[in-house]
This record gives sequence, structure tokens and C-alpha cells, in this order.
Amino acid sequence: MRLEIKDLHVHYGKIEAIKGVSIVVNEGEIVTLIGANGAGKTTILKTISGLRPATSGQIIFNGEDISKVPAHKRVDLGLSQAPEGRGIFPGMTVLENLEMGKFHRHDRKSEMDEDLEKVYTLFPRLKERVSQAGGTLSGGEQQMLAIGRALMARPKVLLLDEPSMGLAPQMIANIFRIITEINKTGVTILLVEQNAQQALQRAHRAYILETGNVTKEAKASDLLNDPAVREAYLGTGAH
Amino acid sequence: MKNFNLRDFGADIWERSGRPVRVTIVMVTIGLVSLLPFAGAGFLATPIAAYDAVLVYPVAIFVLMALGLNIVVGKSGMLDLGYVAFFAIGAYTMGFLGIHTSLNTWEIMPIGIGLAMFAGVLLGIPTLRLRGDYLAIVTLGFGEIIRIVALNVSWTNGPNGISGIPMPPDLGPLKFRLDDQKGFFWVVLIMILLTIWMIRRLSVRRPGRAWEAIRQDEDAAELMGVPTFKYKMWSFTLGAAVGGAAGVLYGSKNLFVAPEMFTLNVSILILACVVFGGIGNIWGVIVGGAILGYLPDRIRFISDARLLVFGLVLIIVMNFRPDGLLPRKKREKAIVKKGAQA
Repeated sequence: MRLEIKDLHVHYGKIEAIKGVSIVVNEGEIVTLIGANGAGKTTILKTISGLRPATSGQIIFNGEDISKVPAHKRVDLGLSQAPEGRGIFPGMTVLENLEMGKFHRHDRKSEMDEDLEKVYTLFPRLKERVSQAGGTLSGGEQQMLAIGRALMARPKVLLLDEPSMGLAPQMIANIFRIITEINKTGVTILLVEQNAQQALQRAHRAYILETGNVTKEAKASDLLNDPAVREAYLGTGAH
Repeated sequence: MKNFNLRDFGADIWERSGRPVRVTIVMVTIGLVSLLPFAGAGFLATPIAAYDAVLVYPVAIFVLMALGLNIVVGKSGMLDLGYVAFFAIGAYTMGFLGIHTSLNTWEIMPIGIGLAMFAGVLLGIPTLRLRGDYLAIVTLGFGEIIRIVALNVSWTNGPNGISGIPMPPDLGPLKFRLDDQKGFFWVVLIMILLTIWMIRRLSVRRPGRAWEAIRQDEDAAELMGVPTFKYKMWSFTLGAAVGGAAGVLYGSKNLFVAPEMFTLNVSILILACVVFGGIGNIWGVIVGGAILGYLPDRIRFISDARLLVFGLVLIIVMNFRPDGLLPRKKREKAIVKKGAQA
């Protein structure tokens, strides 16, 4: 399942937020999109998942342009997102949140249990909290829930929007370790991050986004050693 | 162990009872409520207004409308300030067809409901993409548009309204007389029970889960594969259907409809019933509708100060029970449970 974005333009009113971005995510890869606040990372993800309409350009998934497909149908196709700010349902329990992840599938109970088991294996903490309301979880647990819920849809490509946002360093390391694990089970991942250090260590390839344009595309390990990137995004260039 | 606080007290009575207790509660309540028209001699009597008429309108009709509005506002979280429009459509359908055709109330009922739902779809298509305050403003406008149209077109008789609407024909043992309105009360009661049944059935199924998800986070719901527009439309049209049914019954009971009956005030009052009783909780909404429908007529003897007292009651109650008299289950606030049992 290859995800390709071709010359994507997105507007907020008259303001052009995304100015012709092209991105390729090959099957089995972790690709990360890094950039500062306001660069347009979240906008790109929202456009891929269908929450924002594209002004022009194509989103090609599995060989088909899906840029006109409504968001809820893109889930059927195999695109699943853990949204920015986690977007869990605060009044639903952990279990109900996870069940919502399967809303579009008319699965039998056994399949549901199977997928729940997979999520609990990745996030044992969620199993301890099944009957607790989503809104009462800690930030890290909410992020686990958001990712777990996205996995319930059995995605081919998983879109992650700043999974490290607002988390303690230990939790961040934990989440990124699990992202790699998920990828190893065959799920392709597009990861949007501000935490460039972690993202570049985990990803295969990376794109750097600046005010709506891709300014650099390279192997993640190369960017990690690129002096310009280190200075701008890793905060270690001054040494 | 459990802290007492007035805000949440009693919110979980239903959840805590077993099935036999629940069945008993329901049967006894239905029995008692259906006997209400005979209780007019004692404390419940309303001065000035006829007690059995007050029970039908406002009380029972308010409860029915509050239940309908609750589908929209409470279940799927869309603020609708123009709910009176659907009520007006139902009432005018009854009025117009009642005097121009030989159809009776029961034959007009499905037409009124259908037209209200159709209006719901027409209004919903352009507006349900809006959220929150924007939706509230547009629906408010729609409510006013319907009233102003009724005021200005010729077939509604403009400000004079439609009079001489026929009474419904008897329905088996149910008799409909001007001086004895028990029959109307029981018919509205049946409508209320049907509505409760419908809402409860839907709530535990996919639509209920979809509405709940939409209410809590619409974007996340869409990302879960919930066709949010479709489910919002369903919620809106079902609400409209209940409003339309209430309107048909009202027109047929009142024998007269005029534009001044369908002002913004009605929308606000029904919304107040929902919020006062407990937004999202059907039992709360019923209690809210009953109290806010009944109270103004019960205290009619203090004439001018009536609305003052009414407002005061609202403020006092909302101060001590901000989530309504019977709040919905609030798990957002749930204390961390011993997760190990699960």
C-alpha cells in the first residue's frame, strides 16, 4: 500500500497553507514529516485523512486518487489516524473508545477480541484501564489509547499526528518504541513530529516542511547527521 | 465512602437497579401517569385554566417536544434554536388539511410527520455542516422564517390563523370532547412512550454510539469511519418528526392555529425543559418538560408575578443542579476505579 501525495495545495480561506507538497510513503516504511509550528504538518495529515479539503493536487492511495473521497470512507480503504491532541472520546471508557475504532467494520465478536488483544499486547496499560473513562487518563495513556484505537481499524497506513506532544521524556521514548513495533507488524506509518530527534531515529525517510513547502527530503539517518538540520531542528548545532 | 453532593445526587438510581426493579418502576410510573387526569381535584389542580387541558398542553406536549429536541441537542450535541418550526409545520398541516380535506387527525398525522421530516432534511442539507453557535443561529433563523411565512402567505390566513379545525374522531375507547380532554392526554402519552421506546432502541445501537461519538468529538468520530453527516441528519430529522407529531396533536386539540403560537419563545422554552431536566437523559428531560409545562399554570393565581417566580425557580435549580434535575451519566468525572478487576 503506497501513499503518494502529488502537488498538494490547501487553503484556509484565502491563505495558502500548503503550497504544492509532494510526499511518497512506500509500503512498510516509517516516513516522518518534521517542521516547526505552523509549517503545515497537521494540515497535510488532515487533508490525507479527509478532514480538510484539498484545493488541488492528488492523494493517491493504493493506485487510486482518494482526494475526493469523504473522510469516513478513507478509513474503509485502510487509512487510519491518531489525530492531533489525541481526540479520544472523554466520556467513553477505554474499551468503548477502542470499539469506536472499529465502527466502520461490521466485524464479528471474535475479530473484535482478536484486535483488542493485539492492542493490549502493545499497550498493557490500556488493559488495566479498560473500564476507566478516556477523559480521566493521563496524557501518555490517552496517546496510547489514540494509537490503539486507530489500530482497531486494521489500517494499512497509520497516520500519527505528534504523538509526543505534551508527554514526559520517558513516555515519549516508550511511545516511539511502540511505533517501531507497530511498523514491524507490517503497518506503514506516516509520522508528523516536532520532536525531530526521536522521529529521525525511528523513521526510514524524512521530509522537512517549512511554511507549506517541502524544503528537504532524505534518508532519516542522513538528516540526523546534517549540520543544517541539526542546528535548526535538533538544537545541537551550536556546539 | 461516596461523597454527597447535590450536583450529582441520584444520577445513578437507574444504573444501580436490577431488571425487576426497573420493570416495576416503569409499570408503576406509566400507571400513575395515565391516572393523572383524575387527580385534578386536589393539590395538583390548576387555578383558572382547566386542569385536564393543561395536562395536554403545555405539559404532555412539552414533554413530547422536549424528548424530540433532546435527540438533537442531548444525543448528538447540536444546538437547535428553531425547533418550533417543526411544531408549526405539524400544526399547520393539521389545520390546513383538517379544514380543506376530509382527512381526520389520524390520517393527517403521518403527513404532518412526513412534512416536518422533509423540512428537517431541507434545512439539514446546507446547515448541518456548521457547528455550535453557527448552527444555533441558522436554526433560529429557520424557526422565525416559518413563522413569518405563516404570517404572510394567504393559505394560512395570515395573522388570523386557521380556525375550525376538526376534533379527532374517537379511537376505540378513547373519546375526544372539548370539555373532557383525557383522551388527548392518553394519546400524547402513547406518543411519548413510542418516542422513548424509539430513542432507547437507537441509543444502544450504532446510531446511539455514532451520536455519542459526534457529540464528544466530531472530527475524531469522522476519523473512526462514522459518516457524521448522515447520523447528524438522522438525529435532526427524527427530532423534527417528533416535533411534527406534537404539532399535529396540538392543532387538533386547540382547534385553531395562528402564527403567534410559534414564536422563538417556544423554542427557547422547550430547550429550557431539556436543560432544566437534564440534557441527554430522557428521564430528566421528561421531568423538565412536565415541570416547566405545569408550573406556570399552577401558579397562575399570582398573575403578574408568575413569570418572575418561574424565572426564579429556573435560576435556583440551575444554580444547585447545573447539569439538570436528573443529569446524564457523567463518566468524564468518574473516579479511577480498581482497573485490575477488568
